[in-house]
Amino acid sequence: MLAAIGVDSVDELFAQVPEPLRLDRPLRLSEGMSEAEVYERLTELAARNADCEEQVCFLGAGMYDHYVPAIVDAITQRSEFLTPYTPYQPEISQGGLQAMFEFQTSMSELTALPVATAGLYEGPSSVASAAYLAIGATKGRRRFVVSRGVHPHSRETLATYAVGFGAEIEEVGLEDGLTDAAALAEAVDGETAAVILQSPNFLGSIEDVEALGAAAKQHGALLVVAVDPMTLGVLRPPGECGADIALGEGQPLGNRLDFGGPSFGFFCGSEELIRKMPGRIAGETDDVDGRRGFVLALQTREQHIRREKATHNICTAQALNALAATIHLAWLGREGYRELGELLVRRTAYARERLSAVPGVELLHEAPVAREFAVRLDAPVETVLERCAERGIAAGYPLGREYPEHEDGLLVAITERRTRAQIDDLAEALGAAVAAEAVAV
Amino acid sequence: MNQQDEQVLTIFERSKPGRRAAVLPDAEVPEPPLEQLIPAKLLREEPPRLPEVAEPEIVRHYNRLSRRNFDLDTGFYPLGSCTMKHNPRLNERVAALPGHARLHPAQQPKRAQGALELMWLLQESLAEICGLPHVSLQPSAGSHGELAGLLLTRAFHADRGEARTKVLAPDTSHGTNPASVTMAGYEIVKVATDERGGVEMDDLRAKVDDEVACLMLTNPNTLGLFDENIAEIAGLIHEAGGTLYYDGANLNAVMGHSRPGDMGFDIVHVNLHKSFSQPHGGGGPGAGPIAVSERIEPFLPRPQVVRRESGNGSGPTYDLDYDRPKSIGRLRGFQGNFGVFVRSYAYILSLGADGLAEASETAVLNANYLKARLAEGRAGKHTPIAFDRHCMHEFVLSGKPMKKELGIATLDLAKRLLDFGFHPPTVYFPLLVDEALMVEPTETETKESLDAFAEAIDQILTEAEADPDKAKSAPYTTPVRRLDEVKATRKPVVRQPLS
Repeated sequence: MLAAIGVDSVDELFAQVPEPLRLDRPLRLSEGMSEAEVYERLTELAARNADCEEQVCFLGAGMYDHYVPAIVDAITQRSEFLTPYTPYQPEISQGGLQAMFEFQTSMSELTALPVATAGLYEGPSSVASAAYLAIGATKGRRRFVVSRGVHPHSRETLATYAVGFGAEIEEVGLEDGLTDAAALAEAVDGETAAVILQSPNFLGSIEDVEALGAAAKQHGALLVVAVDPMTLGVLRPPGECGADIALGEGQPLGNRLDFGGPSFGFFCGSEELIRKMPGRIAGETDDVDGRRGFVLALQTREQHIRREKATHNICTAQALNALAATIHLAWLGREGYRELGELLVRRTAYARERLSAVPGVELLHEAPVAREFAVRLDAPVETVLERCAERGIAAGYPLGREYPEHEDGLLVAITERRTRAQIDDLAEALGAAVAAEAVAV
Repeated sequence: MNQQDEQVLTIFERSKPGRRAAVLPDAEVPEPPLEQLIPAKLLREEPPRLPEVAEPEIVRHYNRLSRRNFDLDTGFYPLGSCTMKHNPRLNERVAALPGHARLHPAQQPKRAQGALELMWLLQESLAEICGLPHVSLQPSAGSHGELAGLLLTRAFHADRGEARTKVLAPDTSHGTNPASVTMAGYEIVKVATDERGGVEMDDLRAKVDDEVACLMLTNPNTLGLFDENIAEIAGLIHEAGGTLYYDGANLNAVMGHSRPGDMGFDIVHVNLHKSFSQPHGGGGPGAGPIAVSERIEPFLPRPQVVRRESGNGSGPTYDLDYDRPKSIGRLRGFQGNFGVFVRSYAYILSLGADGLAEASETAVLNANYLKARLAEGRAGKHTPIAFDRHCMHEFVLSGKPMKKELGIATLDLAKRLLDFGFHPPTVYFPLLVDEALMVEPTETETKESLDAFAEAIDQILTEAEADPDKAKSAPYTTPVRRLDEVKATRKPVVRQPLS
């Protein structure tokens, strides 16, 4: 090969790197390892994590310990889905493109909005992306009114991005677990690009999106709603509540927890917004012989064509994770998806009642919930969590860091994997922990 | 069966009322009507029309779809700037360990020590590879890393009481660069390329002033050429008070040989789905960690994974540090694409210091060999090398003579390659080269696969000399032939209509 190139050594090829910039020593990394050694090393690291097989997990806050059906792994691990690049050559990418089209159809059905993209990175950055879209869609308005019920990670991410696009954010507080409707109406004005809500909100409460959204409609702002995709079998979908954009964290659909990623963000909207949307969108068309096929549609929105005038900078996103969701939703099917939503609501109602009957544990709010709810503890949350962890239970998500006003608050999430017996154990463990702390004090 | 004869149905069109796959657990709790738990006005009336299909049909459907995809495990995929290297299956196995895959992201740090240590080790490894002291793993992909880098730049200048407005990038830059610049609220200023394929120094000098916040550069650039003037470029930008951003899409050329930090860069993003073997998944997931210099470190996203030495000799512990007052804040939920970190760390462990350096050497050798093969014969005549000197890990051909002499465009050559069982190179990029074909073979291809590709190009050009129409109507053997993209954009159908 060197002879064909006309050099004597590979070093000659590196001669274009100026001498002072060449690394004159080996990288300070370990030597290579055999496959078996790497497996052992990674297994050791994994063993030092308390995962959901070791602990009974009531943690949620956007990512949930749902059961991922076996066919999701079987299909997403196929080389043909795992190893291609983004489908720039549609003639040899029909499988991936059709899967995107099916994903878009499923997400459009879930949210009751006509247009869905092929997906973004994850939930919180999708909120920031919606805000960016809203600036363009409202001819340059740069003010956002955001409920404090929106996931703290989403609000923080939006704030980070907003420094770039130069926007102002006004937060509206919660009253009894729900967005303060009067304060929201007051905050929205003619400079507001979007009103951003989440339902169920971070404390688990189901918001009356339609009623809250009226203020957005009145002032010509977009209504952006973050939703939990596992609740839309039972909850009224955002598209029926006046939402212009519905988006959210996709992990509950067919994706494992993975300590936070990779998952995907879904992003759905009204017809008018299609040419402003971020990221890939698959579309149906025909080939020269009239055969049905799929392509990346509306590519002139995208960075590889439009560069600085693109609607967004996103390139590599989360296609395989979106495929996992598509398969999971097909596996659940129309009835299964609804049944799962109902199961979550009923087990959550049971858990909420069971926990609120425990001395030293009371509900943080009485608003209706779907699959997650907040309680207040009569003892320091961290020590209660520690006592529960010692009994093999991850009791929930402490609210104090992100909601200092709820320093005694704990967010408890339910999935179809959390049995009645496990919920009873949680109640028992929380009761014992709070009682023990009371004695300790 | 010939796939072209196959009737294409979506999973929704395979739906029959009453069929299903999932069996759910019993409720085990009281089952009151939902209206007793949630006000009726907040409830959905009709369930979404998801498909009704039994499991065997779901499996068949997606297996059928999979056969309509070309993939890296099937054949050569020389997509320039995309680094389509082999994806070791060990990485999938270790990522799927329950300690990784079923670890909740809000688990207390003391019960996620293995995960945090892995992240810290990956940070340290990337810092060493990039030659920069600090790393954030948070960005989800390359373009997310770019946005992070520009927001860091903004925070850096703001901290010094400056508000600069412009970002420079060469006309050969990836499309994500200017798009990220706009999202970060800056104005993009293009810098010209000189006749050797590097930054045109006079043009750069003319455009550098105290309004310049940052220069974004890929090195080696998208022509596959190392910019020999990089030290001088870095000096110019730093003198003018700007930061230097390294688009790490082409890092696969220089691992263990040259480090962006040593070249003078302040911020680097690394595409774990390129150089560090995370599978591309048909368009993600990836991850775009950033490595930064000391002066940028205070502004890194939060939380940051840190190691704390214990005073009592019991060994270090790992934690998430939120107490970073100058931080730009979060870029996403939780801690990043951890599953990707597991795969990339396994890859780094497998290769080690020598292996990574050798991977880059072989990538450069393969690219130069394939370039030499394509510089001769018909390819050399019809699709000459755009900047003919030794390249790094990729190179660019121009199809301009082919278009003029044979009447076939780069797109036609690309489509004809599909019939020969190859994924085409990146086409029509970089924009600076007419009818560009950007070829990146990577280190995991054999000489035989490179030869076969060169021979396929020769055959296509031979055929085109006799019958140019053959390529113009290609492909012939793929599941579908050329698709009407104009129709898909003019009247977009982006979901299945359902009755």
